[in-house]
Amino acid sequence: MIEPIAKPRRKNPLSRTRLPMSPPRARSRASHGFTRAAAEGRFVLQCCGACSTFCYPARDACPSCLSADLVFVDAPRRGMLLSETTLHVPADVYFRERAPWRVGLVAMDCGPKLVAHLHADCEEGRPVTMSFQLDKSGQAVAFAHPERETPNMTDDRQWREMTADPKFRRVLVTNGRSIVGQEVVTALKAAGASIVFVGVAEPWKPFRGEETLRALEGVQIVPLDIGDEKSVADLAADIGGKVDILVNTSEHVRVGGLLDRQGTSVVRDEIDQTYLGFVHLAQAFGPAMRMRGSDGVNSAAAWVNILSVYALANWPVFGAYSASQAASLSLSHCLRAELRPGGVKVVNVFTGPLDTEWFQTVPPPKVAPRMVATSIVSALKRGLEDVFVGDVAEDIRQRLAANPKALERELGS
Amino acid sequence: MDSNNLMQFADAVASGAVRVVDLTFTLSPDFPVIVLPPEFGQAAPVRIQRISQYDAAGPAWYWNNLTFGEHTGTHFDAPIHWFTGKDLPNNSVDTLPVSDMIAPACVIDCSAEAAQDPDFLLTIPVVEAWEKSHGRIPPRHWVLLRTDWSKKGWRDYANLKDDGAHTPGPDAAVMRWLVEERGIIGLGTETIGTDAGQAGHLDPPYPAHHFLHGGGRYGLQCLCNLDQLPPTGAVIVAAPLKIQNGSGSPLRVLALLPVGQA
Repeated sequence: MIEPIAKPRRKNPLSRTRLPMSPPRARSRASHGFTRAAAEGRFVLQCCGACSTFCYPARDACPSCLSADLVFVDAPRRGMLLSETTLHVPADVYFRERAPWRVGLVAMDCGPKLVAHLHADCEEGRPVTMSFQLDKSGQAVAFAHPERETPNMTDDRQWREMTADPKFRRVLVTNGRSIVGQEVVTALKAAGASIVFVGVAEPWKPFRGEETLRALEGVQIVPLDIGDEKSVADLAADIGGKVDILVNTSEHVRVGGLLDRQGTSVVRDEIDQTYLGFVHLAQAFGPAMRMRGSDGVNSAAAWVNILSVYALANWPVFGAYSASQAASLSLSHCLRAELRPGGVKVVNVFTGPLDTEWFQTVPPPKVAPRMVATSIVSALKRGLEDVFVGDVAEDIRQRLAANPKALERELGS
Repeated sequence: MDSNNLMQFADAVASGAVRVVDLTFTLSPDFPVIVLPPEFGQAAPVRIQRISQYDAAGPAWYWNNLTFGEHTGTHFDAPIHWFTGKDLPNNSVDTLPVSDMIAPACVIDCSAEAAQDPDFLLTIPVVEAWEKSHGRIPPRHWVLLRTDWSKKGWRDYANLKDDGAHTPGPDAAVMRWLVEERGIIGLGTETIGTDAGQAGHLDPPYPAHHFLHGGGRYGLQCLCNLDQLPPTGAVIVAAPLKIQNGSGSPLRVLALLPVGQA
């Protein structure tokens, strides 16, 4: 059984902040089948198309029949912990700093054996449930959980290395003016965030939900206009060293593509509020977060973007908006690579049209703002990197994977 | 004019015998701008982007790039800003007569009324009462409406409610009268526009814009320090940026007044 983690004390200003180290990074190209699944929270194994044998680790030919027809498929998660090992003095710096560290050998019910990181409540000879997780170097690793829920199980030390759990962390939500922003604040507080800083641009403009937001315990309203470089830099100067999770809830949705718009001021606003806002936030908050990736219980852990699924494929009805989202998606991959040395995850939450005023004329299904908020918290707790919220987002993803050209024509008709 | 007089004036400014009052807010990203319904195009807010500050991007020098709309901060409205002035000659900031950029001012103090009622409207009787004390408003003078609105915090300054802004301004009749009967050169206010916050509901809507610009006159808004000006006797220097076909511009507005008169 796990002792619940305690709220971290204030840092000793005389102590040096521990710099982040990464666990071993090298993987084969085939192994990235696991990375892809781990990013989305799926459990996959290679399965032979010829003889249906599951195998692990990733390889290019079936160990049973030598067929090259190995495909990653969703696999049953149940296994048995055959043996466990506790590493007391590992050679690798990352693990050495975190020793003792437990690993074990798991025999899957579907066949293969996996070396896995162990949750503290996993016992030798007992059933376990497996997942693939992204570790601090962003690579997929096998992780064994006890089969049933145990007390304080999310507080497990090794599990927290794999996740960005908001519990006892300090979060910046960049825009509290929107319904999505307010739902995210509420969800993060409920998930145990110690403080939520909430950005409000142009504080002289009143907004719906303002009184409720201001009355929330452990919520601090801060001036933040992400379109303004100086505003972002000023806020980072104040709180940049204590933002463990950043959730960018800024949204600027306008209907229209190219030919039916006059001039470029709307496009410019979209770029300013979306792409440039992202750049400002990244430049102001990114360096401190990367540096604080191993800073104890409330280390910097994650950066969350809420992106339209039309970042993946342009929807001409919201064509210019789609393009600004695509630019942000591309930038998120850059940020992900640049934050990786700090072990800070970049989580992209893709949504279809939200049930908000700017998608008023779009027919359902639409995504409720609360759904976005709960998906974000769930992604942080599970350590995911790519999340698709709602039916439209999932549908677009599948159609894109099946035939990008068909999707282009369909969205443009 | 005798050139000696101009030199005397320069000496008076230098010696402090003529006092210079700055009527301008600092141009900054924090300052409220006009808010239109979101489906309309919006004024770009003020943005100050550093190019370099004695750093790797420019080791010995500091400079910024600026972006802002023509109608941000303390700014000038030219006749071309409104449809009523669109066909007038010399109606943009680059073509308007430079001599119009220096003109005397009449300051009407309505700060008490505005403190009581954020929707206070300046009317003909109010101006007539002012004229009883200070004399008839001469032609080609600015009328500056003092409300002390510039002393408020930004939220009260913008004073946005769910039915729009609530800030003082002129009514329709007084605007037509000031332009046609008094021949003023323009109207200056402390609020975000020359018109009242609820002026969209007047007839015609936005009468200050309608009559001023239709008559080839000017607007000044987001002024401050009007409380330091005498009712008459101050001279306003208001030279907008020479923007090609510009409808307005942020600018430095100065008031010159003889010492002892404030």
